[in-house]
Amino acid sequence: MKRNPQLNAHGELQHLITLEGLSREILSAILDTAEPFAEVAEREVKKVPLLRGKSVFNLFFENSTRTRTTFEIAAKRLSADVINLNINTSSAAKGESLLDTVDNLAAMQADMFVVRHASSGAPYLIAQHLAATGRSHIRVVNAGDGRHAHPTQGLLDMYTIRHYKKDFTRLTVAVVGDVLHSRVARSQIHALRTLGVPEIRVIAPRTLLPAGVADMGVRVFQDMKEGLKGVDVVMMLRLQNERMQGALLPSPQEYFKYYGLTPEKLRLAKPDAIVMHPGPMNRGIEIDSAVADGAHSVILPQVTFGIAVRMAVMSMLAGS
Amino acid sequence: MKIHIKNGHVIDPANGIDRAADVFIAKGKIVGVTGGNPRGDGGTAPAGFEANATIDATGCIVCPGLVDLSARLREPGFEYRATLESEMAAAAAGGITSLACPPDTDPPLDEPGLVEMLTHRARRPEFSHVYPVGALTLKLEGKRLTEMAELAEAGCVAFGQANTPVLDTQVLMRAMQYAATFGFSVWLQAQDPYLAKNGVAHDGEISARLGLAGIPVVAETIALATLLHLARETGVRLHLTRISSADGIEMIAAARASGIAVTCDVAVHHLHLCDQDIGFFNPHARFDPPLRSLRDRDALRAGLASGAIDALCSDHTPVDDDAKQAPFDEAEPGATGLELLLPLTLKWAAEMKLPLATALARVTADPARILGIGAGTLAVGSAADVCVFDLRAPCRIGRETLKSQGKNTPFLGQDHHDLRGRVRCTLIEGHLAYDGAFV
Repeated sequence: MKRNPQLNAHGELQHLITLEGLSREILSAILDTAEPFAEVAEREVKKVPLLRGKSVFNLFFENSTRTRTTFEIAAKRLSADVINLNINTSSAAKGESLLDTVDNLAAMQADMFVVRHASSGAPYLIAQHLAATGRSHIRVVNAGDGRHAHPTQGLLDMYTIRHYKKDFTRLTVAVVGDVLHSRVARSQIHALRTLGVPEIRVIAPRTLLPAGVADMGVRVFQDMKEGLKGVDVVMMLRLQNERMQGALLPSPQEYFKYYGLTPEKLRLAKPDAIVMHPGPMNRGIEIDSAVADGAHSVILPQVTFGIAVRMAVMSMLAGS
Repeated sequence: MKIHIKNGHVIDPANGIDRAADVFIAKGKIVGVTGGNPRGDGGTAPAGFEANATIDATGCIVCPGLVDLSARLREPGFEYRATLESEMAAAAAGGITSLACPPDTDPPLDEPGLVEMLTHRARRPEFSHVYPVGALTLKLEGKRLTEMAELAEAGCVAFGQANTPVLDTQVLMRAMQYAATFGFSVWLQAQDPYLAKNGVAHDGEISARLGLAGIPVVAETIALATLLHLARETGVRLHLTRISSADGIEMIAAARASGIAVTCDVAVHHLHLCDQDIGFFNPHARFDPPLRSLRDRDALRAGLASGAIDALCSDHTPVDDDAKQAPFDEAEPGATGLELLLPLTLKWAAEMKLPLATALARVTADPARILGIGAGTLAVGSAADVCVFDLRAPCRIGRETLKSQGKNTPFLGQDHHDLRGRVRCTLIEGHLAYDGAFV
């Protein structure tokens, strides 16, 4: 198999496309780098000059206000110039191919592309294209591709777990919900394994689990009450609206009853368990408000940490 | 024109020939295959034979021209992807002298005029024989039957849907009944369209990891069950195209054992690749049906060797670069195959330690039998469609060397695949259609 295309010949991170195949050292280095950036946010002047003069293009082929905003804030705190492009409403509608769009923006002297795309593997394609055309100096950060990966979300989740739990090697972590369609779940599972979490559980009805999920090194539970017993971390996944009623699930009500995180179900986890969610939340569908706003919830700190983690990734890839 | 092919090793599976022999050709037909005595003498020419041309096949295999059950020529409608000229040059360079083309052109091959136009355009001495597979239903929509008898008169040898399913099983059954009325065979792909909906890769560990929508094996077996039951009910001659799974092979073997008239083929890429070859979303590893697991791939290799799968085809699908340079799920499936069929057949044979005659039967006599044509043989009196190739010469697949307009292949420029088998020359009815002796 070819070299992991996000690493250069020296095994250093050149792009961030997936957490799969990244070493524990690289993951830890990103989390360590994020620590001081979390403090930058506490200062009166929330800026550092690491990316001064660099142009970061947010290429969003799929809508996402929240993720785009956090990348934008991260880049601006690093003093980069940020250009936001929502391409599903411009070029793609005119029939321009993905790589034509990339070529045009590369010609505008971009230093980094932050890419969100509905197709799994699109950021790989862009990185390979840049390499094949001698423009490997342009970095690619995957901001979510299809069902494949959402590496910065995975990293900020690891940052959050490390912040509250310190040691990964004694944890039981449950990922709950729509694993089948979730790029977040895939990135979480890869990172949790690499960082040495001994027990990773996924909890979902069979319709929301991919065929080969057990091969990813997880224990599969259909019964949420069984799956939550004794866990240290509960990572909830978002359920997309269009999947709530149809052939995957009969109704949001039934889903909430059996797979929604309620205070009663949460009591089965360890007393000091933390609850996470990548947002945006569907209250009353995958998570009860009493849990989302309760003492175990670390959902808002996740958002704060997310900016620090994205600053860390961007500075490591393109920082001078 | 009289041609003497001398000093070669003739492998003609249809006639059980596998020995040093000379081939004599006159007026576009085989007039003698002689020689091969223990002294190693050359063959004796038939009485009165005086060659105008001699081909020295020393160190080469001489076999019937290959017969390919599926080659998309892209005409009419997709001339920007390939033309008859480019793909016929590719066929000849690949040693293929007869090929069937599926009906998924634009418009589809659903009316006699189109078929006549295609066969007329294809009637050139240096072109392989083209056998169109007519559309089973109008516009391949699966609603109304085509004029099969008229299409057959125009040159169609069978009827099918390419990769488009007939959703309505009542239409499917009637189409089979109607085809059976005239004794036509029906060629269909077994893939349940609902279970395959949005799918782009084999449903398994790789698709789960990469986040690609999966097509489960049951998409094939459920469709197979439907087709096999309908074949038994209607008595139609059914040919199943591009089998992809171990379970599928078992079902077909069982159906055959129970007396159903069914044959099947496999695409050559599926013998060598599996879902792991998708690697980092390589769009050249996207196929329809998808590349399945290693276990399935091994079953296809064994099934073809044992004869459980009847024939091997290129499933030649030239796709332009733009349609491949896209994210995996947006990239068009398929690969160029005409020039890879022979080297990939030989690679399979070598890896399976198969007699060459058995392997070559799967790309000559066996597909000819399915097509119901008198090709794939060097019998005296048959058309002089001959392929002469060097078994050991390395075969490099590069953008510049491919004659097909489609440069889309997972084997492009990769020496480590160790492809061997270079065509030295191809004769079509005695006409030198490809001369690669000094290439």
